[in-house]
Amino acid sequence: MTRSQIVDWALSLYEDLDFYQARQWASETPSGKAVGHLPVYAPREVIHASKMLPVGIYGGGDQVEIIRGDAFYQSYICHIPRSVVELCQAGNFDFLSGVLFPSTCDVIRNLSGMWQLLKPEQYVRYVDLPQIGDPQLGSKFWGQEIRTLVRDLGEISGSPANEDQLRESVALFNESRQLIRALYEKRSKEPWRIPTEELYLLMRAGEIAPVEIFNEKLRTYLAAADEGDYPVKDRSRVVVAGAFCEQPPLGLIKTIERAGCYIVDDDFLVGNRLLLSDVSLDGSVVDNLARSFFSDSEKTSVLYESDPEGKKKLMKARVDAVNADGIIFAAPSFCDPALLDRPMLRKGAEENNIPCIAFKYAENTGQFQQFREQAGTFSDSIKLWGGQ
Amino acid sequence: MKCYVGIDLGSTTTKAVVLDEDQRILGRGITNSRSNYDLAAAVAREEAFITARFGLMRKAVEASAGGKLLDRLLKGFRVSQNIAQLIRLRELIEEQANISIADGLRSAAAKKIGQIFDRIREEEEAWFADENPAARSDFFRDSAGSAYMRLAEEIGEQGGVSFDMLIALYDKCIIRVENEPLELGFEQHIGAALERIGGAAEVQHGIDSALSTKLEERCTVGTGYGRARLPFPKEQIRSEILCHGLGAHAMFPDTKTVLDIGGQDTKAIQVDDRGIVTSFQMNDRCAAGCGRYLGYIADEMNIGLHELGPLAQKATRQVKINSTCTVFAGAELRERLSLGEKREDILAGLHRAIILRAMSLLARSGGVQDQFTFTGGVARNPAAVRALEQLVEENYGAKTINISEDSIYTGALGAAIFAHREDQS
Amino acid sequence: MANADKSDTAQKDQSMVIQKRMIADHFKRLEKAPETKEPVVYTFVPGNLTELIRSFDCLPLLPEINALQSGMRGKSRDYIAEAERIGHSEDVCTYVKCDVGMLKAGNIGPTGTKLPEPDLLLLSYTGCYTFMKWFELLREEYKCPTVFLQIPYQGDGTLAPEHRQYIIDQIKESVIPALEKISGKKYDEEKLRHYLALSAQAEDDLVAVLNSAKNKPSPIDSYFGGVYYVGPIFSAFRGTQDGVDYYRALRKEVEDRVERGEGPVTPDGPLDDQKYRLVVEGPPNWTNFREFWRMFADESAVAVASTYTKVGGTYDYGFRHDPNDPLGTLADYCGGCYTNINLPGRIDMLVDYIREFEADGFIINSVKSCNSFSAGQLMILREVEKRSGVPGAFIESDLVDPRYFSAANIKNRLESYLQMLEARRQGA
Repeated sequence: MTRSQIVDWALSLYEDLDFYQARQWASETPSGKAVGHLPVYAPREVIHASKMLPVGIYGGGDQVEIIRGDAFYQSYICHIPRSVVELCQAGNFDFLSGVLFPSTCDVIRNLSGMWQLLKPEQYVRYVDLPQIGDPQLGSKFWGQEIRTLVRDLGEISGSPANEDQLRESVALFNESRQLIRALYEKRSKEPWRIPTEELYLLMRAGEIAPVEIFNEKLRTYLAAADEGDYPVKDRSRVVVAGAFCEQPPLGLIKTIERAGCYIVDDDFLVGNRLLLSDVSLDGSVVDNLARSFFSDSEKTSVLYESDPEGKKKLMKARVDAVNADGIIFAAPSFCDPALLDRPMLRKGAEENNIPCIAFKYAENTGQFQQFREQAGTFSDSIKLWGGQ
Repeated sequence: MKCYVGIDLGSTTTKAVVLDEDQRILGRGITNSRSNYDLAAAVAREEAFITARFGLMRKAVEASAGGKLLDRLLKGFRVSQNIAQLIRLRELIEEQANISIADGLRSAAAKKIGQIFDRIREEEEAWFADENPAARSDFFRDSAGSAYMRLAEEIGEQGGVSFDMLIALYDKCIIRVENEPLELGFEQHIGAALERIGGAAEVQHGIDSALSTKLEERCTVGTGYGRARLPFPKEQIRSEILCHGLGAHAMFPDTKTVLDIGGQDTKAIQVDDRGIVTSFQMNDRCAAGCGRYLGYIADEMNIGLHELGPLAQKATRQVKINSTCTVFAGAELRERLSLGEKREDILAGLHRAIILRAMSLLARSGGVQDQFTFTGGVARNPAAVRALEQLVEENYGAKTINISEDSIYTGALGAAIFAHREDQS
Repeated sequence: MANADKSDTAQKDQSMVIQKRMIADHFKRLEKAPETKEPVVYTFVPGNLTELIRSFDCLPLLPEINALQSGMRGKSRDYIAEAERIGHSEDVCTYVKCDVGMLKAGNIGPTGTKLPEPDLLLLSYTGCYTFMKWFELLREEYKCPTVFLQIPYQGDGTLAPEHRQYIIDQIKESVIPALEKISGKKYDEEKLRHYLALSAQAEDDLVAVLNSAKNKPSPIDSYFGGVYYVGPIFSAFRGTQDGVDYYRALRKEVEDRVERGEGPVTPDGPLDDQKYRLVVEGPPNWTNFREFWRMFADESAVAVASTYTKVGGTYDYGFRHDPNDPLGTLADYCGGCYTNINLPGRIDMLVDYIREFEADGFIINSVKSCNSFSAGQLMILREVEKRSGVPGAFIESDLVDPRYFSAANIKNRLESYLQMLEARRQGA
């Protein structure tokens, strides 16, 4: 496939809310089954090792008209659970044999209970991610949780994963994460080669496509991104933070870049690269997977920060890592993790003289005028006055 | 005859319905709401009794007098009421002018005020004489207000008395006229009305019959929310949701689900086969998607509220509007227009968005069951009705949708039925 | 006769007198803590380890309770405004904003005394995500040690054995060492057992009080009155002799009211003639607490059971602190708090209450800034209606932000609902 064909492929998956392609792929797994998960993080390799297709569920974005979903949620709750419930009620998730609900926030948590009532025939598990700072105790707990998943998912697929299968799967997802990191790195170094809207669509595709196919597409895209000349535009380099669960509409991502920014780092779909280095394949893979979570994982608003200086330092570290000029804090309305974290993160950034702007969106925001203006002004001010 | 009264104090209008002992509607009255609740209720009630008496009269002289004559009589009646209020308004404005206008300008002001009121009076007479007069508001406040303002401007600045000064006088005094009890009943003005049409003998006996029928008000029930105090004793108050459900059931006995989109709130109500509410949901924390929102849109587009629906029906493509927030209505509209969207397409999208909100509320209250009654000002909007029909069909299958022209009286009707039931027990 | 009357009033007031004194003394101690060097531990109501904290002679302080008190005393509006001014979103939990605002305004507590800074933040992560952020924020302000106690969620309706062990291990390996460090004392299991035994006693009496609502008329209002009753046991007084005394006195008062066929005392006087028995889900509104209560009392409606009074423990389902298994019982306690129960479990509880307390209906007070309670309540409404056969009312307000309490809206919904119940009753 050529580069633009890959992007088209990714776009078609992004728009496929009937999960037509995903259902095909699910039927092609040895078990013929699929297990979904909500944002932010789920150990997809375990689903894969159990011979099932992992399917990331990110709601309906701006493509679904909400009628039934609003009957479940008051107006002061974020949008993603509405579209998820809407799709659920419409039968779009009927092909799943189970859904994992990671401990992202109280809305996702309560949704797990709702799902038990809405879909009694599906396996539902609330996955309590380990929050404590103690790596020993924490990884013991997390290792147990992963083992529980291995057992339960094995029962569902009829094909419980053994050590070798787990190793194989982890290896594949290690590669996936390497490729994603490589892509992010290339974008941060040469953003003119990799428009964020393309990167984003690829990442969304990765939530649904079988890991083997995804890895191949990533490799091809990476190679293609090196070819050809791309004009270097005079844009400000920004980090986008806060959009790790309910996703912004594609139009918003495009708007930010077109308004004069290169997005050189973001936390969209951060679960797909939460583990920052390869999980060791020596010895017990489950224990290694559990330990990786502690030793080398990305910081996020949904997990407790045990370092008292952590929140303050975080944004400077991220800005420095990609040589960014400023930060756009973009959070969904009513998002507890993003909005409660924001004052701490922003304070830390501003204490380090990093320019910031902040706004809220919803997954179905249809008007981008105000974001265009804000991002545009921000970009200009950075160029003119270093954002002061 | 025994009769039962229901009064609904809404945010914009106050309505009253009078029923006879067989629960048939004798009369209906409506007036603009105002700060003196007792008076608003009294005026609405009075109006209902007026129409009740006209109704009795009509029955009595149906054959002999003919419809046209009776219509003229009613017209004359309204004029007589208006004149009484105009006289009072003029009195108050002249008094107020003496207090608040500076010495040097007082006589110029008096002259101008005189001219304005003489002209309004002339126009009132002309309206009466005209066979096909232009439509105007039924409410004195609105018709007098717009006439006063137009004439104040037309007559032009004279001797330093500015337009703003005159409007200030009007604003101060209209409130007082509205909140003072005035004699505006059937008995007080039917004589004058009869004189205006030349004292037709055919009608006289109808009038006598109407006047002599004793209308014994057995019980009154009031409803309306957002009021610190309703002007009724506690046992005679019913929630507007219950009144609304019962009223809808009375209008359409097979009603199971009621949707009311009012000026500021939306209600979804489920009723049983006796018209008793079994569940309800309110959207009263914000006016998005309610009548007022459409009002803002109409203002932004510089068209009349009643033109929104027909314009929306001319749409040729789907424009998705995601937010019906009243605060941003204007901005959203302007942005869309600047992007090249056509007005009718945007409006179609807006109407759909409003109805989508209503659909959520309906889903929360228990869905849409057959038959489905749609009430409130927005129910008169053809584009809204069309969007509702589509969305109901898509989500609940074909359902009978009932809409009545008199749906604004639904709450008052329900209250009157409660009054009837109260008296039986 | 006169004597009997006097002792009657004395008894009626005794529990309130005890409670007032307990609270005043506690805040005095807190005020003096910087001098007396009593270590202060900030923690949360759900999953609070009061007995453990006290066994180290530390003083517990509950920011949630400060926030709700600020709400009741009319201070929360300004505190929230200040928090929003310094960058907190309008969308987030108003307890947090109120606390942050109070901190910025000098940390004067609800009784007018200055609150001490924490020596330790005991972040008991029990069924509320916001707790995590709250203490991350406070940690930045106070720069003090923080210990995170993760209570796994009862996603499947029970506390799994390995999760129970995880809690115990954390208490052993993180919480106890942290308490030892700030107090300079060693873990004293005997002392802990002693306090746990006192807790169990008080819990027995509390449950008797809660169950008294099964009587007709109910001698208590289990929602508005209930929040006063659970105050001591949810906070610094569980495991103390004061706590035991309070609940014993309260129980006696309530039992006396049952004998006399009396109802609870509401802001408008005693409610003996009770027309509607209701179960209530959701936290109360604190800024307009009395006004809200009056809306019920005016209509002769009494709350016979509530879920909010279980956020500090579901004692009515049989849980008692067990001195024979000190750490295990703490784990069980934390796991069983209402906020940690899954949605189907919450539905079951509401249906149980409606049946056992013979309720005519139920009310859900949906609070804008609390996702933990509110997300899913519309589904809870429908499911409980379906299973119990009684209709539910849905009211919306907030915890401590007065901008989100609209008396007219709430009254309208509540009155409409009760009239609906009445009409059903008459029609039947």
